[in-house]
Amino acid sequence: MSTVTLRIWRGTEDEGSFEEYSIERNPGMVVLDAVHKVQAEQAPDLACRWNCKAGKCGSCSAEINGMPKLMCMTRLDDLPEDKPIMVQPLKTFRTIKDLVTDVSWNYAVKKKIKPFKPRKPDAPDGTWRMKQVDVERVQEFRKCIECFLCQDVCHVLRDHEKYDEFIGPRFLIYTAGLEMNPLDTEDRISDLKKRDGIGYCNITKCCTVVCPEHIKITDNGIIPMKERVVDEFYDPLTRLFRIFKPSKKSKAEESS
Amino acid sequence: MTAWAEHEYDVLIIGAGGAGLRAAIEASSTGARVGVVCKSLLGKAHTVMAEGGMAAAMANVDDRDGWTTHFADTMRGGQYLNNWRMAELHAKEAPDRVNELEAWGAVMDRTPDGRINQRNFGGHRYPRLAHVGDRTGLEMIRTLQDHGIHQGFEVHMEVTVTDLVKDGSRIAGAFAYEREHGRFVFFKARAIVLATGGLGRCYRITSNSWEGTGDGHSLAYHAGAQMRDMEFLQFHPTGMVWPPSVRGILVTEGVRGEGGILKDKDGRRFMFDDIPDAYAHQTADNEEEGWRYIRGDKEARRPPELLTRDHVARCINRQIKSNMGSPNGGVYLDIAWIKEHITDHTGHIKKKLPSMYHQFKELAGVDITEEPMEVGPTVHYAMGGILVDPETQMTTVDGLFAAGECAAGLHGANRLGGNSLSDLIVFGKRAGEYAAKYAVEHGDVHPDMAAVERARLEAEMPFDHPDGENAFSIQNDLQSLMQDNVGIVRTESEMQQAITGIDSLKQRMESCGTGGNRDYNPGWHTALDLKPLLTISEMIARSAESRKESRGAHHREDYPDKDEQEGRLITIIEKADDGGMSLTKQELPPIREDLVAIIEENQKK
Repeated sequence: MSTVTLRIWRGTEDEGSFEEYSIERNPGMVVLDAVHKVQAEQAPDLACRWNCKAGKCGSCSAEINGMPKLMCMTRLDDLPEDKPIMVQPLKTFRTIKDLVTDVSWNYAVKKKIKPFKPRKPDAPDGTWRMKQVDVERVQEFRKCIECFLCQDVCHVLRDHEKYDEFIGPRFLIYTAGLEMNPLDTEDRISDLKKRDGIGYCNITKCCTVVCPEHIKITDNGIIPMKERVVDEFYDPLTRLFRIFKPSKKSKAEESS
Repeated sequence: MTAWAEHEYDVLIIGAGGAGLRAAIEASSTGARVGVVCKSLLGKAHTVMAEGGMAAAMANVDDRDGWTTHFADTMRGGQYLNNWRMAELHAKEAPDRVNELEAWGAVMDRTPDGRINQRNFGGHRYPRLAHVGDRTGLEMIRTLQDHGIHQGFEVHMEVTVTDLVKDGSRIAGAFAYEREHGRFVFFKARAIVLATGGLGRCYRITSNSWEGTGDGHSLAYHAGAQMRDMEFLQFHPTGMVWPPSVRGILVTEGVRGEGGILKDKDGRRFMFDDIPDAYAHQTADNEEEGWRYIRGDKEARRPPELLTRDHVARCINRQIKSNMGSPNGGVYLDIAWIKEHITDHTGHIKKKLPSMYHQFKELAGVDITEEPMEVGPTVHYAMGGILVDPETQMTTVDGLFAAGECAAGLHGANRLGGNSLSDLIVFGKRAGEYAAKYAVEHGDVHPDMAAVERARLEAEMPFDHPDGENAFSIQNDLQSLMQDNVGIVRTESEMQQAITGIDSLKQRMESCGTGGNRDYNPGWHTALDLKPLLTISEMIARSAESRKESRGAHHREDYPDKDEQEGRLITIIEKADDGGMSLTKQELPPIREDLVAIIEENQKK
């Protein structure tokens, strides 16, 4: 049985260092297995988050050889064998300890986004009717497991630290999922422009590249939202029409 | 500095999976002050792993369905050990709870006429599972989370409750620690809802995450509550078996619902060999009829792969034991074969089973649209748990409620797939509603503060032995002990070995220790997990030893048949006055007459 060497960040945001650990390698091993083995055999106080170990909960996000990834879905076989595997916490968020970061900012951001507000039910029994094809694009965004890898990689947050002006790719597609929900009557376009900083995104698509759920965050979520912002705020014809045509919000108010 | 921080709530909810969040939403809607405590980050609970769907007789796909059939299916699946009133309430209320999720933003798959779609599942007579591809649990938890954050309850993330505290015979609070800095917290509460989920981590091969350590079961037991039927532990028939690092991870029953078949090493479809009498009249006896059922032919009977989980798990176990299994100790589950019937089978499989496709592709290097999967049984779900009142979900301790997997009664001796997600929302709602009502009616509590101090000392104990035994090795030994001695097929001597083994592990726990400091320390956490793990393991082993028959998920090699007398009894465990575990048997109450008629009518169909 061969061995594998990991270099894992040990410490907090302010102080710490990379420590090297060698462990026995098992067939099919993923990085999370390797970290667990280190924890059980050599460093019981090594902190990491994990839950499902199947790529469904989005807890074990880390930077592996410099790439934001889920530790549970990264096989050792897919990493170069001739050098140690570097495992470090997400850079965009404050490191609490070792591989655990403070992601509470994301929870605060979500709370500010206007919640789902459905139209009146379509049937007397209180249920709605929707076509599968109409829900599919929303379902794509709802695959999101909130691993925050897209937030980690986005340069607006990672390098420019615009935490107060920009909600990040995760919450842009969260908003897109609400806006594109066929039942929703709320209007979040103005928030997207003024508060959520959608204009900061310059479509480098780094978020799409790292998404473990393969959601086309930029193409299918952010760009359509940018288009709606443009239609609402910059298109002279729409602005003219709006004088005569009631907005989505006021229509909803009429119907409820 | 005080020894602990304090919070006060009308209702404290422990656990933030489907049941906990649904309870929190309900309790908050009454105006109660509600706190939620969860061991992980919000939205990461094990509910996200539920794949197939939530069972509710909405009759959107087959209009012959209704609550009576769902009720009868649940009782038959549970081998009539279920609490019939819970099965009735569940069948009646599940459709409203599912529709409510849609009003809160869930986006479920649709029928051609635009309603919520429903799929076939084992033991359900009609297509009944509302679903979103194979990630229904994620949809449920995200919907409850996103709706819940606007309902006014407070969430304490990464906080672990280690003890419950009482005021006389009434529950009064919970002692906990927060992971970031290891600080202690005491939650004073007028009512508490346990919604802590499962306990699979006492086994080596399990679909459960690290959180499934039976905390709620153990907390309730040590607070004096009664437990029931702990011997009934569901082995999901299809967990991954290769590579070793993914062993136990769930492969959804939805694969079989979409036409997946089970084969031995020679490629023979073995499930036609053994069809239980109770299901013979509604199970296909040839492959052609089975396929017509999958394609929605209402005249066809279901294929034997969709028999109940206890039965399918045992059939797979038998193949493996008789050396007819696959190279890595499983059997084959084949969905690729549907290419014989479907032209774009690749697109179809990726659409219907996207997570399964990715899971096998990325973790095992297997393309399920072309090759069969290797699968074997994995510990999945506890049917047994905390005894609750069917209407209110209150346990036998005043003011202490329980809902979801940690509560017991709905599923009897075996749970049907899809009945768990619906259980969470039906009884999560009830628990939240009645806990809030209890808090109003019973007013303020005065927790026993000496007990809080004892809880603090106990939680700090691992630091008293910095050179003590590593908690991870004790946990590993327990997992092997349970896996090897209290598995799918059980026998007296092995279970006695387990009970003896648990005793010696308890001794080792006393001297186990941890190094490092209190900041986010997994060694410390694992040491604290040992108490609940050993408590539930002992309950399982003792209950299993006491049931001298085979029924549902409990299969005894030395008592291979059902026993009519045993079948009328439930197993009750509670903490005796001397601190030991007391086990008694209780007669099941007779089923209400109109429900007996429903069961009998459905048996004829």
